[in-house]
Amino acid sequence: MTVNILYFAGLREALGTGAESVELPPDAATVGALRAALGQRHPELLTAKNLRAAVNQQMVGMDAPVADGDEVAFFPPVTGG
Amino acid sequence: MMEVSVQTADFEAGVEIAALSAGDDGAGAVASFVGLVRADGAVRAMTLEHYPGMTEQALAAIVAEARQRWQLRRVRVIHRVGRLLPGDRIVFVGVAASHRGDAFAACEFIMDYLKTQAPFWKKEETPEGARWVDARESDDIAARRWGD
Repeated sequence: MTVNILYFAGLREALGTGAESVELPPDAATVGALRAALGQRHPELLTAKNLRAAVNQQMVGMDAPVADGDEVAFFPPVTGG
Repeated sequence: MMEVSVQTADFEAGVEIAALSAGDDGAGAVASFVGLVRADGAVRAMTLEHYPGMTEQALAAIVAEARQRWQLRRVRVIHRVGRLLPGDRIVFVGVAASHRGDAFAACEFIMDYLKTQAPFWKKEETPEGARWVDARESDDIAARRWGD
């Protein structure tokens, strides 16, 4: 099961990448579990304060489900306007 | 008329305001807001990053939510991205309605929700280097006062 991951703003800079495609571990069925799995390679994902996420371009909580082919984004709290 | 635009180009608030009621004689009120880059201490410039695709959807969802809450006519939201200098315009929200109460409230609501729901991020340039702007708790409080 493959998901496309996007990172934005300070998180993108800290990780040194804005996008990657990953095989979803079988036990990572939620955004929070995906975050924990990716955090093994990107510890900044685990230490980021108030990390926000979106699945298929909709803002969601860490308990939201993730499915094959989803676009999952992680980013800091927004600061537009 | 397009309701939502994310663009690098500047906008003319007067032109946008006029378009909100042009040819619509049922519009009795137009409320608008223009956000500017504030000259804030050592900040020389800022760059706005966004999430293409999601940004437009999020802004459209905010406008749709405003339409659920108030009786609105035309609505226009413009948000700029890229590098901006102090004094530059960042954001325009304009709302036309039959009556001023709906126009005032919806304009403020759209700005409050945009601040916490639309995926934009500001990075400031200072003589000491660049830094990402931290989200402000006051923006969360402002958005929450509208309830669910």
